[in-house]
Amino acid sequence: MSLTAEKVVTVDTARELGLLPEEFEKIKDYLGRTPNFTELSIYSVMWSEHCSYKNSISWLKTLPKDGPHMLAQAGQENAGLVAIGDGLACAFKIESHNHPSAIEPYQGAATGVGGINRDIFTMGARPVAQLNSLRFGNIHLDKTKWLLKGVVKGIGDYGNAFGVPTVGGELYFDDCYNVNPLVNAMSAGIVEVGKTISAISYGLGNPVFIVGSATGKDGIHGATFASGDLHEDSAEDLPSVQVGDPFTEKLLLEASLELIETGAVIGMQDMGAAGIICSTSEMSAKGRHGMIIRLERVPTRQKNMQAWEILLSESQERMLVVVKKGREAEVKRVFDKWDLNCVQIGEVTTGNQLKFYMEKELVADVPADSLVLGGGAPVYQREYSVPSYFYESKRFSIDSVPEPEDLKSVANFLLQHPNICSRRYVYQQYDSMVGTVNMSTNAPSDAAVVNLKNTDRAIALTVDCNSRYVYADPEQGCAIAVAEAARNIICSGAEPSAITNCLNFGNPYNKEVYWQFVNAIKGMGKACRKFRTPVTGGNVSFYNQSSDEGPVFPTPTIGMLGVLESKSHRMTLDFKKVGDSIFLIGESVNDIASSEYLYSWHKIKHSPAPYFDLDKEYKVQQVVRKLILKGLVRSAHDVSDGGLFVTLVESSMPRGLGFSIETDFDCRADAFLFGEAQGRFVVSVDESNIDTFVAELMNADVEFANLGTVNAGEMIIDEENWGKVSEVAAAYDSALEKQLS
Amino acid sequence: MKFGVVVFPGSNCDEDMVYVLRDILRQKVVKLWHKDHDLQKCDMVILPGGFSYGDYLRSGAIARFSPIMKEVIDFANKGGYVFGVCNGFQILCEAGLVPGALLRNTSSQFICKNVHIRAAHNDSLLTSRIDSTTALNIPIAHGEGRYYTDNQTLQQLNENGQIIFRYCDAQGQVTEQSNPNGSLDNIAGVCNATKNVFGMMPHPERAADGELNNIDGKKIFESILQLVKA
Repeated sequence: MSLTAEKVVTVDTARELGLLPEEFEKIKDYLGRTPNFTELSIYSVMWSEHCSYKNSISWLKTLPKDGPHMLAQAGQENAGLVAIGDGLACAFKIESHNHPSAIEPYQGAATGVGGINRDIFTMGARPVAQLNSLRFGNIHLDKTKWLLKGVVKGIGDYGNAFGVPTVGGELYFDDCYNVNPLVNAMSAGIVEVGKTISAISYGLGNPVFIVGSATGKDGIHGATFASGDLHEDSAEDLPSVQVGDPFTEKLLLEASLELIETGAVIGMQDMGAAGIICSTSEMSAKGRHGMIIRLERVPTRQKNMQAWEILLSESQERMLVVVKKGREAEVKRVFDKWDLNCVQIGEVTTGNQLKFYMEKELVADVPADSLVLGGGAPVYQREYSVPSYFYESKRFSIDSVPEPEDLKSVANFLLQHPNICSRRYVYQQYDSMVGTVNMSTNAPSDAAVVNLKNTDRAIALTVDCNSRYVYADPEQGCAIAVAEAARNIICSGAEPSAITNCLNFGNPYNKEVYWQFVNAIKGMGKACRKFRTPVTGGNVSFYNQSSDEGPVFPTPTIGMLGVLESKSHRMTLDFKKVGDSIFLIGESVNDIASSEYLYSWHKIKHSPAPYFDLDKEYKVQQVVRKLILKGLVRSAHDVSDGGLFVTLVESSMPRGLGFSIETDFDCRADAFLFGEAQGRFVVSVDESNIDTFVAELMNADVEFANLGTVNAGEMIIDEENWGKVSEVAAAYDSALEKQLS
Repeated sequence: MKFGVVVFPGSNCDEDMVYVLRDILRQKVVKLWHKDHDLQKCDMVILPGGFSYGDYLRSGAIARFSPIMKEVIDFANKGGYVFGVCNGFQILCEAGLVPGALLRNTSSQFICKNVHIRAAHNDSLLTSRIDSTTALNIPIAHGEGRYYTDNQTLQQLNENGQIIFRYCDAQGQVTEQSNPNGSLDNIAGVCNATKNVFGMMPHPERAADGELNNIDGKKIFESILQLVKA
């Protein structure tokens, strides 16, 4: 049967679809002929940055992938898979939905949540917790308020109905995100070791099913859309944004897990970017087989959809499932129970060829492996160069900054700063308790702790990235992001296990942006090796910039998983009792570089990353972990945004307690209180444990200082009263809502 | 005691309810599938939280017409015990098994947080073991939880002791500030006139596991068990 000719395809058509002339030549080489329009569309999405990682993969391969608990390495499956003990594994991943959220915040964010959860349950894991990492522009802009409210409602409406708790996240504002917000969604699921399902297809004659929602015209070329800069006319790309239906997702979750239980499944993959073409090609390439697919059988939402539209549609809540021949009835039964579409659209063939038919016409005939990452998709080494601001930043000296006379005003400013104040306005709109596993609701800790019922274990999850640090120094800044994530995990009583990453950068063809990317990867690799937290996968999102405002800050968000082998190791951040001693563990440094204080109060935008010593950081973390395991501290909280002062207030607020402390004469008071030097923890210690506690620290040879004691609700610094915690708590609590209204 | 937890396709608090009843309170529990007609001789039927059929229309509006609900309504009308939490309460209102309606929160936002509630009295299956002068710390998680009814019905509810729980502050004071969603008269839970059908918006099953550091909700389940024992 001959291939449909359709309209004549030229290098110009290729360019219109986002392909380079040399890529067009490569396609012709693979096929041995000129592709038709449908085939060209297929290559344009499969070779888009979003699907192929063509500009990032060579650097991603330098990241550490191996670890004692790794069950599936980065790139092997839809999400990373890590053994967490008791025969259980955790599948977890973070993914961006930045561009859709920039033009349609509600649906953009909602479908981001849907997509990441499908990545988890398509592996057979039941999602148990979600997190998100959000970045918006200047909080005073109406556009920012509109975007934030839409994104938060989108995440809430989808996640709340889907029924998986949102247990953590982060939220930052900076002018660099005015046009291009970042919306990164993370999900973690639990599965018994050995019961996972792969995204693979094999076995001649095995039937291929499409299940879930009907296919519509939404999200066509979404992957291509995500692989270009946002521009003035981006709103016209609205059909590139998908529409989410959390109810169907919930049905799909239950049906998929039930289907896996039957043992009839060969492989399964969700349909995210590039829809049917992506799932058929990736599953086939992985299993070294081909497929014949009959597109007219695909349930559609509207009549007269073109073959390429069906192939490329990114309609949500769909899965491709390959099952063992002869077990079709079992598949039908499960999906009938959940009232979902379940249609056989093709079968597995030998060889490597994907043949797509529409009625009797062969509309596309392409080798599966030529389409995919690791197969025929192009791989590029991009050039990079050091931006001039990097050297400018290095010239910064704290001595050029006058120390404010009124530090109390700085304190109040920071506590109400949108990057530091309470995130209550946002997280209260998310169901954080469904599933009854969130152990942090009534016992707050730096990372969210998720209970594994009927075991003595729990997992800890966090997302972290201070992109201001990464901008200042991509290598140090990204290493700091990993270190901070590990610090948060440690402070919760867990042991860091593995990470997933969401790499949000500008246009990779911009040499300075690519320099940020390369160095961030170097920093991540270095830190992940140190903390023994392999990279299980994640997602790269380039082109986060707009034509008028330049690239966003490089934002490599780190999602880290930690494991509590026993719930008795659980640690929380709140001071427990009046009279307990407060200690700072880690080095006090006369440093204010890249702090929120320097950036927002002094408005000094260029300075190096804050003080950070990877080896020392690791050592301090190990000591804190040991102290927690030995039961020698009552609370542990890391020093991060806003510095030591904010840390002390945050530890005081949950129980309405306070602190009396002395500053360090070797440091400027502003640096001591508001500097963001890394590698520091604030812990509180019961009097009866102080001797043992101090002995441990002396043995470990790490720096520490006795800051003072916990009191009944005042903030006392060097014998001066800075006010009541209850008063600043009220301001801290309502600041975000006030600034958004 | 044998509990039946109804599972609508979009229920998402069904497992949490089963866990509390079966694993924590050691009771018999069966799941009742929404397409079924058999209540399996349960002593109490529970409608759990979630988004029954997606709730894109109005929470609970479609669920009341499901096959299992026909049996639940029949069971309730014959005096059987029925307990709806959150979406379950919304379904009971839609089905007319308890008076009133649940409207969009005054903030028009979904709200998930710990709140305090106080039992209005001890004279009900849900509150028999609860000290009605102290506050219970129980979470809410809903977008449509603002209880509303007309004045005449409100008066009847008060007179008949059909108001079961009210939102209050940590000290047990029923105040405007402690009303999270704008509910009429701070109402968090009610029952029908014959006191065998109960609905409440807060989630007691989310406050019944010691591993989550809050077991105030357990008292509600213990009350239920107590009355059936007696």
